[in-house]
Amino acid sequence: MFTEEELRKVEELKSHYPSNLSAVMGVLHMYMDKYGHISDEGVTYVASLLDVPEEKVLGVVTFYEMYHQHKTGKYKLQVCTNVSCMLRGSDMVLKTIKDHIGIGIGETTDDGLFSVHEAECLGSCGTAPMMSVNKDYHENLTPDRINELIDQLKAQG
Amino acid sequence: MTDYQPVILPGTPDLHKIDVYEQHGGYAQARKAMGMTPEDIIGIVKDSGLRGRGGAAFPTGLKWSFMPKDGEKPNYLCVNGDESEPGSFKDRQIFEFNPHLMIEGILIAGRALRIKAAYIYIRGEYEAWVQMVEKAVADAYAKGYIGEKMKETFGTDFACDIYVHRGAGAYICGEESSLMNSIEGIRPYPRVKPPFPAQVGLWGCPTTINNVETIANIPVIMDKGPEWYKGIGAEKHPGPILYGISGHVNKPGVYELPTGMLLTELINDVAGGVPDGKKIKMVIPGGSSMPPLRGDQLEGIRMDAESLKEVGSAIGTAGIMVMDEDTDITRILTRITHFYKVESCGQCTPCREGTGWMLKVLHRLLEGQGEAKDLDLLHSVAKNIEGNTVCALGDAAAWPVKFTIERFRPELEAELQR
Repeated sequence: MFTEEELRKVEELKSHYPSNLSAVMGVLHMYMDKYGHISDEGVTYVASLLDVPEEKVLGVVTFYEMYHQHKTGKYKLQVCTNVSCMLRGSDMVLKTIKDHIGIGIGETTDDGLFSVHEAECLGSCGTAPMMSVNKDYHENLTPDRINELIDQLKAQG
Repeated sequence: MTDYQPVILPGTPDLHKIDVYEQHGGYAQARKAMGMTPEDIIGIVKDSGLRGRGGAAFPTGLKWSFMPKDGEKPNYLCVNGDESEPGSFKDRQIFEFNPHLMIEGILIAGRALRIKAAYIYIRGEYEAWVQMVEKAVADAYAKGYIGEKMKETFGTDFACDIYVHRGAGAYICGEESSLMNSIEGIRPYPRVKPPFPAQVGLWGCPTTINNVETIANIPVIMDKGPEWYKGIGAEKHPGPILYGISGHVNKPGVYELPTGMLLTELINDVAGGVPDGKKIKMVIPGGSSMPPLRGDQLEGIRMDAESLKEVGSAIGTAGIMVMDEDTDITRILTRITHFYKVESCGQCTPCREGTGWMLKVLHRLLEGQGEAKDLDLLHSVAKNIEGNTVCALGDAAAWPVKFTIERFRPELEAELQR
């Protein structure tokens, strides 16, 4: 499932640690990047690549927030609603998104393009309110900036 | 206001680039350290009075002295950049604007601790910053500052590796023993201590865990000397510190200043005061788990470990969260408790069950279904979590509830009436 180049990256990750098990998080990130979520098949594959028990990999997958076992929207909007963002407008961010694409926390648009998630403090307290879209941070949000961003993503499809 | 000039985040353009860092004296302190004994380096760090910047403010030199000198097993260093405490957003600035200062600090610490390798643990959501740090590490390898080549570069018999380990969105991994389990690739439940990491850490080997900001202070101490460092800020908790100021202030952000600054000066002068001249209702001085302070008790409070302890709070990560007079305290407390419920790893029953219980009661209050006796119930649940868990997450969940009820009871009762 990984290309030769990706397999080389797995070997490099393994070389960072005295135990293959330690590479499991890095390899799971690679799998998520490629497939968007980690299926049962993905757990089996990662375990076989590292020659570690599947149960160990599953234990890691199910613990962390960022490893998804099910599909999310193509654009995963993670809105921070923790205190610093709450004080500076996370309610507005959620409302603007809801008004624009009709979904709230935990929902995905019918076309599978967007999903909205509540995020725990993403470390942008000084530039609140914020949300991340997949890997990118968007900070100091205003309704106009949110609407523009969503329109851009829609146009990209 | 102070005339202090920043040294951790000096604002030099392009300082994240290795060539620019070198032009400004970068890696000279690592070179110097390689010609010193580990004991001498630890002595300098001890003399400086540096205390950890990750939350507990433990003396760094003392922590380093716990590492064995000539064990058979390899020694390791973990640099904690998990930074998931709400209100804390400072390590990210070092990753972005001065990553080589951290890398140079690792090399000096590495020599002092006789390490085989260091792992920089960065929270998974900081993917952009993971890439920035990986680039900086790769550039330092290419220059021969890390790995086997450093023996030749620095003319030393010491060499170590530095790797970046990316987390995946779990606050508990900021706890040092969870962080080690996370690096080992197993479920990151906190470990029971003792044994302490300096005896049994990563893969059963001696390990030291330091915060990113702590490590970034090391080259500064080597450069300017422990006397200079000790002369900055508070006597018992000296040095520069990165204050993260957020919430209801006009100029939120990260500010590098001496420790021991007046909280009111930081809020009013440094961060531009509260919008629309409103009064302050609550300040959390060091990240969401620290005991909150009332707006009317801020006068004269200084931001250092000892001063905050005296007023019944703690410095934590120096992430100052400011809330104005219109803030709904019940809503804030509910959101904080929601965080600790979601982030509880579930290993200890008081934390796993207690956080959920507190959240349920708080939701009842928010929805107007609460009674005054619920405040006593919340206080009692918090007291039963506090001190009864393997790690400090139990306290982190309990303190905001316990101290908010103790310090804001009339306010909460008034909110109950509405």
